[in-house]
Amino acid sequence: MTAILEVNNLVKKFGNFVAVDGISFKMEEGTITGLLGPNGAGKTTTIQMILDIISPTSGEIKIFGKPMHRHRDEILSKMNFSSPYVHLPNTLKVWENLYTFARLYGVKDIKGKIGELSKQFDLEELLPKMTSQLSSGQLTRLNMAKAMLNEPKLLLLDEPTASLDPDIADRTRMIFKKLQKENGISILYTSHNMEEVEEICDRVIFIQRGKVKDEGTPDELIKKYGHKDLNDVFLTIAREKV
Amino acid sequence: MAWHRIKALIIRHLYLYKRSFPRIMDIVFWPFLELLLWGFLSMYLRELNLPGANIVSVLLGAVIFWSMLNQAQRAVSVSFLEDVWEKNFLNLFVSPLTLSEFIVSRALIGIIQIIIVGTVSAIAAFILYQFNILLFGFALIPFVLELLVFGWTLGLFTIAIIFRWGTDAQIIAFSLLFLIQPFSAVFYPVSALPETVQWLAYMLPSSYIFEGMRQVISGGGFPGEALIWASAINLIYLVGVTVLLYFVFNKVKAMGRLLKMD
Repeated sequence: MTAILEVNNLVKKFGNFVAVDGISFKMEEGTITGLLGPNGAGKTTTIQMILDIISPTSGEIKIFGKPMHRHRDEILSKMNFSSPYVHLPNTLKVWENLYTFARLYGVKDIKGKIGELSKQFDLEELLPKMTSQLSSGQLTRLNMAKAMLNEPKLLLLDEPTASLDPDIADRTRMIFKKLQKENGISILYTSHNMEEVEEICDRVIFIQRGKVKDEGTPDELIKKYGHKDLNDVFLTIAREKV
Repeated sequence: MAWHRIKALIIRHLYLYKRSFPRIMDIVFWPFLELLLWGFLSMYLRELNLPGANIVSVLLGAVIFWSMLNQAQRAVSVSFLEDVWEKNFLNLFVSPLTLSEFIVSRALIGIIQIIIVGTVSAIAAFILYQFNILLFGFALIPFVLELLVFGWTLGLFTIAIIFRWGTDAQIIAFSLLFLIQPFSAVFYPVSALPETVQWLAYMLPSSYIFEGMRQVISGGGFPGEALIWASAINLIYLVGVTVLLYFVFNKVKAMGRLLKMD
């Protein structure tokens, strides 16, 4: 399998504070990889560097085999991001948001694509509504639809089910599995819900204090640490003394 | 630079005007109200029969030009703030959108707004005061373009400041122009300023633009020299501010503050 994302010796310093301290990992094409760690471990900074929102202090990020800093436009046109903490403009209607972002990503058949995604994410009746009127679950579905507009090959999801009730969260996970299976999308996934990670991630990477502490399949890690589930593995790693 | 991305950002802002009365007020009603105020004053001054003056034309011309400059600057800075207030930067900059495309889209929004303000003000001035700005023909067009460029420059400067210092600095988007107004010779010539501050006026392209506009309107011929000075200073400021904006943008990315402007 080829690596869709390669992070080599990535460092990010904010003054004297080292947020990311020489992280290296690879993510294989077509997999769902969990990027895990306690609050302040460096996950968000790492994701934002992958998205080119923060410039690394040193190190290299290669996506689709190409360095991010030299092929930004080409790479970003083939990837996308979704988080329940990042909202689309509230002052626009749902379809206006989708239309604007479809244009931004250069989608050819905009109406067809919006129709297809609104069906997939159950947004059809919401299209004429103002975005400010949507519930958290509806906003998450809208964000997901926006993230799928450009048919990304790599999708970065930051706690995508954080604000969803168990039913919608389960349905959302099914969508991720379906996208992976049918479209071959690779997903980098952060979550604090270890049960969910165990369910959908092929591989997980644990980050603690800006360093990669461990990585492997959920089963491998549970076995290695001698625990019954990934939640206990998380607790062991998070509570490890420096 | 990809046109479809620039167009996407313009459409995103035009959607806002479809149903926002305060936004429409901002580009139609307030310039109209300003025109009413200064129009009535100039009518009164005409009745006083003051010597040497085509007062109505000069004041109304100044008001229309000032509204255009105001809109050009605010179109750039306030449309930027819309995305700050909506926390939309992450969505925008995780797309292939570049800073250049972002800047160009703001500049084009400025052109759209300046056309609307210019048209509304010109029609209102014609109906209310029989002042026809079109009579001055092509001589005013280069000055309108210079105003537009200066408005962009001020707008981009505001963006650079807000990028760096966050929304604490957003008041600049609404007040910057009023800081330079006294030195821009909008309603009076530079010679009316105290000598000690005239140098400040000569460093602003707006003072050459408004003096040039007055010369055209009062029939004093085409002020070529004023236009050259305005263009040269505009160019220096535009290049300088663009360099500053790129520098600040990269700095903010390095500091991880792109998403933490509020």
